[in-house]
Amino acid sequence: MFESKAGVLFVAGIVFFGFAFLSNAVVPVLMYEDLPEQTVDELINGQLRYQFEDLAERYPEPFVKAFGKPPANASEEELTKWWNERCGDALRRGKEIYVGEGCWHCHSQFVRPVSNEERRWGPVAKTEEYQNELQRPVMFGTRRVGPDLSREGGRRSNDWHAVHFHDPQSLLKGTPMPRYPWLFDGSPDKPNKDGLALITYVQWLGSWLESYPLYEDYEASDLKDVELTPATEETDE
Amino acid sequence: MAPIAKVKGPMYVTLWYFMAAFIWTFLTYAMGNFMPEYFVTGISAGAVGGLFIHDLVGLFVTPLGWGLMYYFVPILLKKPIWSHGLSLVGFWGLAFFYPLNGIHHFLYTPIPMFLQYGAIISTIAVELVVTTVVINFFATLWGSGSQVKTNLPIRWFYTGMVLYFLTCLQCAMQTTLTFQKLIHFTDWVVGHAHLVMFGVFSMWLFGIMTHLIPRIWRVDWYSRNLCEWHYWLSTVGVVVMATDLILAGLFQGYSWAALQPWDASIDLSMPFWAIRIVAGLVMFAGFIVFAYNLFKTWQLVPRASLQTAAPAQG
Ligand code: HEC
Repeated sequence: MFESKAGVLFVAGIVFFGFAFLSNAVVPVLMYEDLPEQTVDELINGQLRYQFEDLAERYPEPFVKAFGKPPANASEEELTKWWNERCGDALRRGKEIYVGEGCWHCHSQFVRPVSNEERRWGPVAKTEEYQNELQRPVMFGTRRVGPDLSREGGRRSNDWHAVHFHDPQSLLKGTPMPRYPWLFDGSPDKPNKDGLALITYVQWLGSWLESYPLYEDYEASDLKDVELTPATEETDE
Repeated sequence: MAPIAKVKGPMYVTLWYFMAAFIWTFLTYAMGNFMPEYFVTGISAGAVGGLFIHDLVGLFVTPLGWGLMYYFVPILLKKPIWSHGLSLVGFWGLAFFYPLNGIHHFLYTPIPMFLQYGAIISTIAVELVVTTVVINFFATLWGSGSQVKTNLPIRWFYTGMVLYFLTCLQCAMQTTLTFQKLIHFTDWVVGHAHLVMFGVFSMWLFGIMTHLIPRIWRVDWYSRNLCEWHYWLSTVGVVVMATDLILAGLFQGYSWAALQPWDASIDLSMPFWAIRIVAGLVMFAGFIVFAYNLFKTWQLVPRASLQTAAPAQG
């Protein structure tokens, strides 16, 4: 068997591969069967709507150009529906841009329970956070040139993101994050539809958490001081 | 596949690897491209993604690479592989353990912990299997050590094997949670990847080309010296790049864990990235030298032989 065609093709080729597939892929699929995949519409929350409407106020012309005007003298209900629909569109498109621009080459989307990541970024990643349409494909990432983004929402304002995406160097000299001028019509105060969508997406990240918005919590460590302060607990939360 | 179909009875090692690789590549491709897109989301998709990125290396590139080594090394050294038993261990060990490794790319994610442990243990098992394969090849070389100096393809092959052993050793360490804590997300992993894909598999292919091209064209290399340059530029380049990135990864990991502001980790990476560029350019210079040598050699090919060769192919 060990040197025959049948052994190599069926046992090594198919059976072993199948065993790995069953144990490593099918097992988690079955384990999370009861966690339904949330659609984009289910993901829209108050925090996100706040950010989205803030975009409409800050960038009135670009916003109308990209998403249209809310219907005049519509009922409260219709208005909510209108905003939610646009917001959902923006999220979906924002995710496409995030994937397409390769943001995930440099940014991860999971906080690990080690290496002080909880203090830097907030709550450790949980399974249910990933069971949704926008994690298709899952955006874990494998390399952090820039910081983790899974708790980025609300941490910065919309105009900060606009300026940053237009030219990261203008905020932090020497940052390796590239410019994305094609998300704008010429200047940072004129984001186009893709730009608005990407900002919406980034503001969504972590908006489902109670700790939203989560600001980075650390004191620049000065090695001399570290020995003197007995515990670093007092800076927590 | 047609000539393989005609083989009766036991097959040679190379064929085990090649046949299995054909099946695995197909399955891996289908799994990685369709599952996370259409069938699974979130954490389970992460698990599938881990299998995919790992199997591309482990079930597509690696078996083809080792298959080629089992084919070319005995031909060039003019002696059989040292131990048939060990080649069996190598193949079947790889076939069983390698597909189980995938989740080690996503340790400390919400993927169930017992699956993460499984992947870690299988990864360490792969390192043991790899050791048997490397022992087998070095035992084959035993007694013909001087070939490494004089026979350039053999030197390419064995340099690749030394680097392969080193990357797998690195792998067995970095897959543990202790190392992961520090080095995940850093340039350490990038260094590891370059060492495997360039330092091993590209090197083997360069060795094979160095060996085959004069035989196919029936002329000697235009310059044996340039072949040497190709070897040294590539080897020095990749070793410097990998060492540099692995070190950079340690610094980045400690900087993050120390809760330094993010830009501190970028500032400290800059000198490493500068060295990385230089090392990359050295590797690239190796390519240029090789391409130039190839072109010059092609010019030496008697035109008549090209013409007679052409119809034979058609
Ligand atoms: C070449 C690597 C790289 C790429 C690609 C990249 N970034 Fe960044 N990003 C960084 C680095 C480094 C920083 C930290 C320095 C800074 O703020 O510019 C950063 C910072 C950020 C921040 C600010 C985080 C914070 O709160 O401090 C956001 C948001 C962000 N990036 C989003 C994106 C998005 C969205 C994309 C894709 C369009 C992207 N990045 C592509 C490297 C990258």
